[in-house]
Amino acid sequence: MNFLSYLISGISLGSVYALIALGYTMVYGIAKMLNFAHGDVIMIGGFVMFTAVSSAGTSPLVAIVCGIIVCTVLGVVIEKVAYKPLRNATPLAVLITAIGVSYLLQNAALLIFGSAAQSFPVLIEVPDWEITEGLTVTGVTLVTICVTIVIMIALMLFMRYTKPGAAMQAVAEDRGAAQLMGVSVNSTISLTFAIGSALAAVASLLLCSAYPQISPYTGAMPGIKAFVAAVFGGIGSIPGAMIGGILLGVIENLSKAYISSQLSDAIVFGVLILVLLIKPTGILGRKMAEKV
Amino acid sequence: MAMLEIRDLEVNYGAINAIKKISFDVNEGEVIALIGANGAGKTTTLHTITGLHKARAGSVMFMGKDIIKLPPHKIVQMGMAHVPEGRRIFQQLSVYKNLTLGAFTRKDKKGVEESLARVYERFPRLEERKRQIAGTLSGGEQQMLAMGRALMSDPKIILMDEPSMGLSPLLVEEVFRIIRDIKAGGTTVLLVEQNAKKALEIADRAYVLETGRITLRGNAKELMNDDSVKKAYLGE
Ligand SMILES: Nc1ncnc2c1ncn2[C@@H]1O[C@H](COP(=O)(O)OP(=O)(O)O)[C@@H](O)[C@H]1O
Ligand SMILES: [Mg+2]
Repeated sequence: MNFLSYLISGISLGSVYALIALGYTMVYGIAKMLNFAHGDVIMIGGFVMFTAVSSAGTSPLVAIVCGIIVCTVLGVVIEKVAYKPLRNATPLAVLITAIGVSYLLQNAALLIFGSAAQSFPVLIEVPDWEITEGLTVTGVTLVTICVTIVIMIALMLFMRYTKPGAAMQAVAEDRGAAQLMGVSVNSTISLTFAIGSALAAVASLLLCSAYPQISPYTGAMPGIKAFVAAVFGGIGSIPGAMIGGILLGVIENLSKAYISSQLSDAIVFGVLILVLLIKPTGILGRKMAEKV
Repeated sequence: MAMLEIRDLEVNYGAINAIKKISFDVNEGEVIALIGANGAGKTTTLHTITGLHKARAGSVMFMGKDIIKLPPHKIVQMGMAHVPEGRRIFQQLSVYKNLTLGAFTRKDKKGVEESLARVYERFPRLEERKRQIAGTLSGGEQQMLAMGRALMSDPKIILMDEPSMGLSPLLVEEVFRIIRDIKAGGTTVLLVEQNAKKALEIADRAYVLETGRITLRGNAKELMNDDSVKKAYLGE
């Protein structure tokens, strides 16, 4: 029974990684850049929800909607202001800019909210579920897994059956050819950042509900783990990010439970290195040919 | 007024001047051939017309409008299709998805369905393989897909960059038969080819591009009999 409960909470943690990893992987696949500020968008989303409930006294639903809207707009603005002018710059310049944006967001949060962690309000009020004697799943875990499943299915359907989804796949594969189909690269990249950042807001809700704390550094570690998950699954691949995220969460949780909670991160990175040695493009990744 | 008017077009790659003040016209209903050796600047010219590469100077008028500053998607929306060099179909997507992407800017669902039916009629192989991932098609099929995809936008003009490149003689014949067909359907064609003989055979008029300059122009049949063209491009 214990194993099952560790597994379920691992899947739940992995779901959060997967949601964050989707942002990394979609931006990488379509805009061909690593958005290292992605983790900090999560943190901003958390603070927006925190402030909405704690200071403005809104209902949880309003707070969640505010968080999603702010993150979505923030992601699009970051792209427009910081990354778009560097569309043709070297990858290194873009990477450094992304790290700069990450620090900017962290420092802005430090300035406004201070460095101490504050307790995150209860936004998800769902009763625990006792599956059998001794196996209880918390409401937050349940919500996390369900929300993630719904989002993943919706995203798959969006990519497969809508025009913007087709545009995103086309731009990911060959930006020039996509333009010749009449696809606007700028709008497609904006949309990618919007979706990735909205997912980050959802991830932030789930993360801060599972570990009810918020500080300017809240997004950093999950951001890095989710990036690892995206690489693990094959960066650029949407199903890869989903599988990578969930596997990472499960491995992390099981190592914590059965091996050592100090070593769990080391084990996670060890597995990543092993996977990359065997398959350098990640589990579902494929080589990408860069074209003009 | 010509459908497409290129005036004093200059294009650079960094400091390198790839296109040096070229001017030419494409009239409605014509097939125009742009021929020239490898590296002459044919692809660059087409890329600049559809906005993939920005010009340094000059103008490109399409149906009376200067499009030189427009982004590619706006130009495509106006009725220009471009079959790029090397086909550049979306290898990881299905044949059907590739074709629907060709109609990306169109809002008339009914018209898109008609175009799809016509493309399938013209290229039965594409219909047979519509669920297949495009990257698994043979070279000839990929070229058909690239052409079918361009036709899906129901364009007024199609720019084709070396559609016969790398194909067997039989398929080359097929490609040129389709270009004739497209012209017969009333669509204007700007054809870039290294296969000058074939291109001149189906073109109305032609331009010869040499290291970024247009050195010869005229009626395609006349150019076929021009001594310098014969020597340099027809291998006679
Ligand atoms: N991306 C590029 N960067 C620098 N130079 C280029 C680039 N593309 C083409 N060129 C140069 O521009 C010239 C014209 O090339 P291109 O238009 O491809 O010729 P063609 O299609 O007639 O073979 C060539 O000298 C080529 O080396
Ligand atoms: Mg060329």
